Amino acid sequence: MSRYPRLALAAALICICLPLANAGAGKLGLGREAKPEEIKAWDIDVRPDGQGLPPGKGTVAQGEPIFQEQCASCHGEFGEGKDRWPVLAGGHGSLTHDRPEKTVGSFWPDASTVFDYVKRAMPFGNAQSLTDDQLYAVTAYILNLNDIIKDTTFELNQSNLASIKMPNKGGFYDDDREQTEKHFWGAKACMKDCKAETKVLNRARMLDVTPDAKTGPRVD
Amino acid sequence: MTKHAIDGSASPTGHASRRRFLTGTLAGGLVAAGGSEAFAQGRKKKPIGPNPDNQPPNVPDWSKTLGDGVADHPYGKPSKYEAHVVRRDVEWLTASRQSSVNFTPLHELDGIITPNGLCFERHHGGTADINPFDHRLIVHGMVDKPLIFSMDDIKRFPRYNRVYFLECAANSGMEWRGAQLNGCQFTHGMVHNVMYTGVRLRDVLEEAGIKAGAKWLQVEGADSAGMNRSLPMQKALDDCLLAFKMNGEALRTEQGYPLRLVVPGWEGNLWVKWIRRIEVGDMPWQAREETSKYTDLMADGRSRRFTFAMDAKSVVTNPSPEAPLKVKGRNIITGLAWSGRGKVTRVDVTLDGGRNWQEARIDGPVFDRSLTRFYVDFDWQGQELLVQSRAHDETGYVQPSKVELRKVRGVNSIYHNNGIQTWLVRANGETENVEIS
Repeated sequence: MSRYPRLALAAALICICLPLANAGAGKLGLGREAKPEEIKAWDIDVRPDGQGLPPGKGTVAQGEPIFQEQCASCHGEFGEGKDRWPVLAGGHGSLTHDRPEKTVGSFWPDASTVFDYVKRAMPFGNAQSLTDDQLYAVTAYILNLNDIIKDTTFELNQSNLASIKMPNKGGFYDDDREQTEKHFWGAKACMKDCKAETKVLNRARMLDVTPDAKTGPRVD
Repeated sequence: MTKHAIDGSASPTGHASRRRFLTGTLAGGLVAAGGSEAFAQGRKKKPIGPNPDNQPPNVPDWSKTLGDGVADHPYGKPSKYEAHVVRRDVEWLTASRQSSVNFTPLHELDGIITPNGLCFERHHGGTADINPFDHRLIVHGMVDKPLIFSMDDIKRFPRYNRVYFLECAANSGMEWRGAQLNGCQFTHGMVHNVMYTGVRLRDVLEEAGIKAGAKWLQVEGADSAGMNRSLPMQKALDDCLLAFKMNGEALRTEQGYPLRLVVPGWEGNLWVKWIRRIEVGDMPWQAREETSKYTDLMADGRSRRFTFAMDAKSVVTNPSPEAPLKVKGRNIITGLAWSGRGKVTRVDVTLDGGRNWQEARIDGPVFDRSLTRFYVDFDWQGQELLVQSRAHDETGYVQPSKVELRKVRGVNSIYHNNGIQTWLVRANGETENVEIS
């Protein structure tokens, strides 16, 4: 019941506002104008060009205790990953290996992604709990674990984060399946006497040919 | 060969876990062959089997006594004899149950629609339990006027009903290096097919007014992972929906209640659930889920990104490891085919490992970017079978073999494995996940 008085009040406020901020810009007149403070509170994304970075700063040294307290229980003291939690550091040069290790340092193309992701989703189960200064510091520390920022006194901030160069920045290209896999289109689908014999090469049940899960690629 | 974990993670006790898992699957398959029994995640339930007392010439109890009345089940559930038809997960694949996945029991379903409670789940920070009265969608960025919508506002836009499949980009991702998971639910169960009711994303964006130069959207969920992706404006204006109903009823919590994005034909991760915010911009955001994850690592160490469309794919769901053949004589092979680029036009099936193929019979509606059901009715004399299916779509794409796929993509891409699946059916009907030459 206690909801109704508040609803009535809200309705009254909306009625007062309506003539001023009448609904959408479009022809249907649906929704209402979002207030700057509403957008600001929810607009947490950060782009590689730095758009969205909040004011703030933090050094590698400041990030270390935050990381050890907030992150290390899953990601390990050195970002090596505990149990099955993601490995954050290492794996440099491993992308062509049989067992690639895709970490922030070996794989991620943009430093902004670390800030964006940690801000929105970490610590796991306590999202959006770190201050912006703590986020800069933790990001600096993770980059330090990957030897991308070597100086522990380095201060990461709103104006220099976008200039951090990531080792695998050039390692990505847009979907080219329609060119490189063109032969899958219009492929001849043989229907009769397509091959002489068929051998079973491997079986899900042959446990001894399936190596340990620890070395497998990751999907999350 | 290696074992693929599905999350940033690999099992420290992989071998033991795997053995447990495979044993469970095997046991389930064998029990299923003998009758029907539920087993779930290693917790065995009391077997349900045939009872001659209920069969002719006897008259069973249910023909003599009154059953439940109309007030007993205000929201209906499947028969208790179907209790084994559930989503299952593979514990060792992920570090936590909140950032994890479970799988649709494809081998237990028919037709093309996936029941709401069986649609596989993939969460990055658990489900968000949202009060619809409090849910808000903000549209801002490069727009004439930033807008905020309540659910009531959203439902006042013109509505559309469309059936689309949603497939996780990592479906079959554990199979890149060879046959690994012995069950159709686990190899192919990260797909579902639902009729959505929703409004066009285009209409919502145009209500705010799109500024010149806007090319991308950031779409973001209200869950504790704030799941965010970049979506090309062209796709947003073309066919995306903001959906609030699935198969006629409200979205299930785990499918994004009260509002989710529908991105027809494109990888499931883009279909942001619990959508709370759309920011319009002029470049992609390079979010974690489109850089660190959901990019496809090729053999040369470089990675494809923005591989949005799901390639044509199919799988025989019966027989499969969980659904072995039980009797000789008349049998039905059935399965599902789909393509992220249009309608499925044809499905071929082989019983001899690809030496000879026949065209399967497609039945039920064939919608654009929807699961499509196929059948082959055949007589089985107890001979060993190597069963495969091959999908064709209306763009002329023919589903490749895993060998052909690996030639282009190597074995480390994790995502977008649409290679042809092989099931070995043994003389006793037992069915196994294999790869063949």
